[in-house]
Order: sequence, then structure tokens, then C-alpha cells
Amino acid sequence: MTATAPAEAPAPGGRAPADERLLKTSLLRKLLGRPELGSVVGAAAVFLFFAIVADSFLRASSFGTVLYAASVIGIMAVPVALLMIGGEFDLSAGVLVTSSALVSSMFSYQMTANIWVGVLVSLLVTLAVGVFNGVMLTRTKLPSFIITLGTFLMLTGLNLGLTKMISGTVSTKTIADMEGFSSAKALFASQVTLGGVNLKVTVLWWLGLVALATWILLRTRAGNWIFAVGGGTEAARAVGVPVNKTRVGLYMGVSLGAWISGQHLLFSFDVVQSGEGVGNELIYIIAAVIGGCLITGGYGSAIGSAVGAFIFGMTSKGIVYAEWDPDWFKFFLGAMLLLATLLNAWVRKRAEATR
Amino acid sequence: MTDQSTTPLVELRDVSKFYGNIKALEGVSLEVHAGEISCVLGDNGAGKSTLIKIIAGLHQHDAGTFSIEGEETRLANPRDALDRGIATVYQDLAVVPLMPVWRNFFLGSEPTKGAGPFKRLDVDLMRRTTRSELLRMGIDLRDVDQPIGTLSGGERQCVAIARAVHFGAKVLVLDEPTAALGVKQSGVVLKYVAAARDAGLGVVLITHNPHHAYLVGDRFVLLKRGAMSGSHVRDEITLDDLTREMAGGSELDQLSHELER
Ligand SMILES: Nc1ncnc2c1ncn2[C@@H]1O[C@H](COP(=O)(O)OP(=O)(O)O)[C@@H](O)[C@H]1O
Ligand SMILES: [Mg+2]
Repeated sequence: MTATAPAEAPAPGGRAPADERLLKTSLLRKLLGRPELGSVVGAAAVFLFFAIVADSFLRASSFGTVLYAASVIGIMAVPVALLMIGGEFDLSAGVLVTSSALVSSMFSYQMTANIWVGVLVSLLVTLAVGVFNGVMLTRTKLPSFIITLGTFLMLTGLNLGLTKMISGTVSTKTIADMEGFSSAKALFASQVTLGGVNLKVTVLWWLGLVALATWILLRTRAGNWIFAVGGGTEAARAVGVPVNKTRVGLYMGVSLGAWISGQHLLFSFDVVQSGEGVGNELIYIIAAVIGGCLITGGYGSAIGSAVGAFIFGMTSKGIVYAEWDPDWFKFFLGAMLLLATLLNAWVRKRAEATR
Repeated sequence: MTDQSTTPLVELRDVSKFYGNIKALEGVSLEVHAGEISCVLGDNGAGKSTLIKIIAGLHQHDAGTFSIEGEETRLANPRDALDRGIATVYQDLAVVPLMPVWRNFFLGSEPTKGAGPFKRLDVDLMRRTTRSELLRMGIDLRDVDQPIGTLSGGERQCVAIARAVHFGAKVLVLDEPTAALGVKQSGVVLKYVAAARDAGLGVVLITHNPHHAYLVGDRFVLLKRGAMSGSHVRDEITLDDLTREMAGGSELDQLSHELER
């Protein structure tokens, strides 16, 4: 910035040199300024690595498999990334997916003949959990880490306890013969063939969510508020941003993702194991962080979370195609997380320096 | 005295504020008039921030009256204050550092275009307006897309002031805008404060620097440990008196008398 006061007069030649400088650095700077840059570099490296060490990795069918693995994580990584940009965590996100599947399965089985009723009830129940997390956070002002840790434990217990109480075992009864099953399966767990590649429908859900989240983040008022709430809560509040509503909305976003994932889980197998989902919340967070979300909030992107999920998909399936012991997967994921975080920090510093 | 016939934009009368049983303010009065700068001076912990948090709608007073344009009020929250035309610029909390300048400029009052699900930020308008509004205040930014955190402290204050002026604030409240700044940057900020005054706003300037206050101020309220230790209009007081009063006033006289040999 230069002020036009005499003491701050621009360099001889007026404003022209500044604008020239702007033109020269703007493309590079724009690129370096993108939160997902580090993860894109990382994704290219992982892709090359497995393309070299695993022969079958480059087949079209493998691509479909990798994308499927990525989408299952990615659907949740999108809202978790938004929440993280808004400065909060959700440790209940993993088991909430299972809860959502359990509710639609058991409600449909016990209460009605039509699956769709259960699916909609599940949506309401899942959203209610998100509202609970958000309202608890804004009312108690406790860290979201603690609140959602509590929700996580309670949901884990409820999933197991209620399923055993209602079904008598740890898994739900099959709902494959119920009315509406095939139409719900078509929506949540079918396959589509695009350009000769078999793709699970979750890939489309995932891409749709990434596009929607990107639109919200970059082109709506709510998006501006999400960045502001995560990057400077008090400054946001002082200029009239509805901080609490934004936070509750972000938790409801996680609920929406959990509902979609949960319905996919249910309709791809038609029964649900009540103990599933524990630990996945960390994988969603890892995908978001690899994708360039700042753990302290205020910075990140939905596209980055998708790249993070894609790295996850490539690594988990690449290890199988390379015929290695899958136990190595966690090691790779951990190393990737550290590398990506370091790379992101470095890129961000460089981006600031070029300004 | 300065024009007493018009109703002040903001008037505090005998306002007190308690945090639990801590008395942060007691019996403080302050007037803010359009086109004038009212300075609040005091040491650290004197209650300056508490005073402006009441005006900004972050806290509510426990006793006394708070009137906006002659009408007694009680603000529910900062949004309420903004809607009544009171904009506040906090020293550290003025902006969100990681967000681009143009997003910060419109934060909380973003213009949109389109309808229904296609309702979206009018990004072009936001960028253009930010640039032109800053230029109008004499700030020439190279790039409104840079994170505002990359600007200097003085520049950030200036952007926040330009924002308040753009959104038609009638009263601008500034909490120690020059506290963390060097001499030159302080000068730049004070220049924009004066520009806001010339634009017809009533300004509340918090500072613990009597020199800064006297450069631009029309009224001076001195706080000491939560109580009002002095209230002057510019004609009644010299910079020396103001400085002396700030530094301890009669206590200082007493001290110099005692130290005299
Ligand atoms: N939220 C709060 N809770 C309790 N005490 C507070 C709070 N805010 C300020 N105080 C106390 O009130 C007094 C005045 O503080 P403040 O208005 O911040 O002073 P100043 O801005 O003049 O430095 C101080 O003693 C401070 O410790
Ligand atoms: Mg203060």
C-alpha cells in the first residue's frame, strides 16, 4: 500500500511500475496462493509412484476402484474441511455415518413397510445430531474437540446398545426385500458407466458435493462467514457476522455428508454392522489437512479435501495393486500427512513472501 | 463550548459497568457530535475498552444512561450497534488476517446478485468498490486480493476505517488505533481519522497518547481506574495541561514539590 500523502509519495514514475510488478507476479502468486497446491503436487507424486511400482494401477478398472475408495472418504472430507475452515472439529463424524445407516435400516424394518420413510427419518435424526453438536459448542463455549468427543462416545454406545436391544445382534436385519429398496439403492449405491469406466454413484455424489461446497465457500455470503469465523471469530462478530448460526450450519453440513455416506453403507450391503465407523473421523480430518486446510481454521478449500481423499484412495488401493501387505497403508498415510502439512506450510510462507 | 444546541449522536451519562464485583467503570459521561472527535484517554486498565464495548454493543452498562441521537437505548449486540450507525474498529480484532482485503472490506455486509439458489456474491463490485473506496481515502493498494494480514498494522486500521465510512456509519469508534504503530504510521492513521471526521462522522478515539489526542481531538475525557478524572473541550485546555493531567495531574505537582530541593 502507498498513501498519496507527500510523506508516502509513490516512487518516481507514479503508479505504473507497481502495476507492472502486479502483472508479472500475479499468475505465480495466484497459483502459490491456492490452498490445494501442496496436495496436488503430492497427488501427482503418489500417482507416479504407484504407476511405476504397481503394473495394474494404470488400468481403467483400477481407476474406478481408486475413485470409489476416494469418494467414500471424500463425501465426508468435504463438510469436515468446511468445518475445519470454520475453525472446528467433529470427532463424531465417523460413527455418525453408522448411526445414520442404522436409523434408516431399523426405523424402516420396525415401523413401516417403505424404506424411504426410514431414509427421511434418518436424515432428520442425523441433522439433529449436527444441531446438537453446534448448539452445545456455541452455548457452552467448550472446545469442539471435547464436545464432539463426547458425542462420539455416546453415539458409539448408542449404535451398539440400541442395535442389540432392537435386533438382538450387533448387525441389523436385511431390508433388501422391502418396498423402495431398489430405488434407494439406485440413488445411493448403484453403478454407472462413464466412458467405459465403471463408477460407483458415490463418485458423482462426491463431485457434486465438492462443486457445491466450492460454490458456497467462494461465491456466497455464508462462505465469507465460514472463512471469517475460522480466521478471526471476534473480528467477524464485531462486524455482524452470525458466528453461532454459521457454526451450527457447518455441523449440519457434516450431518448431511454422514447421511449420504450412511445410506450408501446401508444400500450397498443391505445390513449394517453397528460397530463400524470408529476411526474414520480421523481419516476425514487427515484428507482435509492434506488438502491444505489449516488446522487452526480460516484457510483451506473443498477441492483440496477432494485431492486429499484421492491421495487416500490411490494409496489404499495402490498398496493392494502393488501386492504389498495392507498393513503398510497406515504408515504411508501418516508419512503423507506429515509431508503434506510441511509442504503446505512451506508453500504458504512462499506465497506470503512473493507479495 | 462547542455547539451544545444540537443533540449528540451518542451520549453517555454517569455510566457504570461491573464485571462481577470488579468495578470497571463508574460515573463516566461522554458526548459524541457529528463532525467532531471525542478522545478517551487513560492508562492501561483505566476502562477505556470497557467504555467503547458498551457503545459497540458488546457489553451493556449497569447504571447511567446511553442515548443515541437523544433516544435512550440499550444495544443487544454488535449487529444492533451497526444497524444504528455505530461502527467499531478494534486494535487487534479489526480484520481477519488470512482473508483477502476485498473480502474483509465487505465482511458481514456482502453485496449479492442473482436470486434463489443462484444468489451469489457480487465479486466484481466488491473488488472494484474496495479499490475505489480505499483510493478515495488516499490508500493505493497494489492488489486487493492479498490477505489483509500482509498489510502493516497502520494499513489494516485504515482499511477498517474506510470500511466504516463506506457503510455509512454515523459514529466511528476506534480502540487505540495508534498504540502499536510507529510515528509515521500513526500519522497516516490519524490522517484517516480526520478524514472520517471531515466526512461528517462523529468519532470516538481511544488512546493513551495525549499528543495524538490533541492533534485531532475536539473533546477529551480522562479515565483513571474506571472513574472519570477530567472532561474538557478543546478550547478549555492546552496540550501541556492535558499531558500533565494524564500523567497524574495534581499528584505530579505534589511529587515535583516533594522532590524540589
Ligand atoms: N471481561 C472482563 N472480565 C473481568 N474484568 C475485566 C474484563 N474486561 C476488562 N476487565 C477489567 O476492567 C478493567 C478495565 O479494563 P479495560 O476496559 O480493558 O481497560 P483499558 O482498555 O483502559 O486498558 C481492568 O481492570 C480489567 O482487568
Ligand atoms: Mg484497552
